[in-house]
Amino acid sequence: MYQPVNTQAANLVNYLLHLGDNALILSQRNSEWCGHGPVLEQDIAITNISLDLIGQARSFYQYAASLEGGDATEDSLAYLRGERTYLNCLMNELPNGDWGQTIMRQFFFSVYQQLLYNALLQSRDETVAAIAEKSLKEVTYHVRWSSEWVIRLGDGTDESHARMEKALNMLWSYTGEFFMPAGYETAAVAEGIGADVAALQQRWMEQVAAVLQEATLPVPVAGKTWMQSGGKEGKHSEHLGFLLAEMQYLQRAYPGATW
Amino acid sequence: MSVQELEKIFQGKVDQEIKIEPKDWMPDAYRKTLVRQISQHAHSEIVGMLPEGNWISRAPSLKRKAILLAKVQDEAGHGLYLYSAVETLGTPRNQTIEDLHSGKAKYSSIFNYPTLTWADIGAIGWLVDGAAILNQVMLCRTSYGPYARAMVRICKEESFHQRQGFEILLVLSKGTPEQKAMCQDAINRWWWPSLMMFGPKDGESTHSDQSMTWKIKRKSNDELRQQFVDMIVEQAKILNVTLPDPALQWNAAKGHYDFGEIDWVEFWNVVKGNGPCNKERLEARRKAWDEGAWVRDAAAAFAEKRAARQAQQVA
Ligand SMILES: [Fe+2]
Ligand SMILES: [Fe+2]
Repeated sequence: MYQPVNTQAANLVNYLLHLGDNALILSQRNSEWCGHGPVLEQDIAITNISLDLIGQARSFYQYAASLEGGDATEDSLAYLRGERTYLNCLMNELPNGDWGQTIMRQFFFSVYQQLLYNALLQSRDETVAAIAEKSLKEVTYHVRWSSEWVIRLGDGTDESHARMEKALNMLWSYTGEFFMPAGYETAAVAEGIGADVAALQQRWMEQVAAVLQEATLPVPVAGKTWMQSGGKEGKHSEHLGFLLAEMQYLQRAYPGATW
Repeated sequence: MSVQELEKIFQGKVDQEIKIEPKDWMPDAYRKTLVRQISQHAHSEIVGMLPEGNWISRAPSLKRKAILLAKVQDEAGHGLYLYSAVETLGTPRNQTIEDLHSGKAKYSSIFNYPTLTWADIGAIGWLVDGAAILNQVMLCRTSYGPYARAMVRICKEESFHQRQGFEILLVLSKGTPEQKAMCQDAINRWWWPSLMMFGPKDGESTHSDQSMTWKIKRKSNDELRQQFVDMIVEQAKILNVTLPDPALQWNAAKGHYDFGEIDWVEFWNVVKGNGPCNKERLEARRKAWDEGAWVRDAAAAFAEKRAARQAQQVA
């Protein structure tokens, strides 16, 4: 069992929060589609992904709470942290945009998450490895579903192609952050707990390029775009504050109540 | 065979509890009634996602959020089964959906009420799903096979919906004074609309008698409503809440609870489109459908391209 000590413990907790926040924030965004999807089957599918992600977030938060001790719970971590201590990637907090943008984001993130969780299977921390293993089954489906939709919409009609290209251009500058390690990620790698995200970039690029090609969409040239970052360090877009205000409303309005 | 003979065979099957299947001969009016009723039911599942969906982003804990998401997703699935059942009667899903958007088809009026607080999510699960279950349990034995089978699948999930709603309220009823008030307030607002879910009084219900003969329905509106009141009053005791009806009282002679008169003026107004959220609900459905048009078109175009490519490869 991992023994939490000082900065090391803070590093691991932050690492877990980062993994959990990525899942929770994207789950929250995807859940906005529930009841508003373009077709019933896909309304169900995006809600399913939202459910998988919230499940993953809960696993990471529960573990983080157990390391933090005291009164920490999965809910205190989700509902009582402010925008400067949320550690998710910027892409995940962006508004959904149209269905094309939602699909493109899910695709970019799921391919990343699949590579990441695969690497985490080797984690020296058994709990982290177990969460990764359980989640991989779900993420494998997310990759398949979102890839199929990127291809279908990219190679569908002129309108859908144009929308997907727009989504691609809009989101591309947020993909770089996946692969720029934050301090707690570097520390987690050093301890054999975390995954080296920079090392995942090449394979991510290859996988993404293959799908974009099949979708008849342009493949961005690596290194040509300025990449946005900061979310992993708690420096977010203006969107996150509103997302949290809505999500945390009841916990903030009625402190200490049980639901 | 003459129509009279066919009708005789049809009614004979119904009387012997043999399910009517899509390929069987059936009276036009039976088919029409089913299309109307099942599509109305399907639309209710889908429109019903909106008032509850309203609280997904604000659910007060991760567990509650996950349960609510799963529940609303279930309703989408119910809609799907029911649209499929309508298709077995010869009406394609897109047409059924367009009838909703044009205002031609109805859905349950209950979903035209707003969800104002978190407790409303509990009240909907407990009262609205609770009322729906009684109707749906009856429909598991309805005479049209595909409808009955859809109902069996749906009923399995509905009892979970009612339980989670009750559980939300139970926690609130044991919570802070504000939570208790929130719980009571939601019940006050949802009680009467829930009773209205069973429809007009028996004497005033237009399609009832024929539906009973065809065994589409097996219990009258008033019977089901009574069953609902009897069930809910007992459960309300556990929640330690009051139901907003001074006339509510145990009637030992009848072995049932007596209850007060529904506000039928309100009932008919909401049916006619004057409920607090009628316009918003329909607008939300139309918006989702219209904004999704390019996605459905693209999926269809891609499927065609793919089929053409495969045909070329084979040739
Ligand atoms: Fe349902
Ligand atoms: Fe339900």
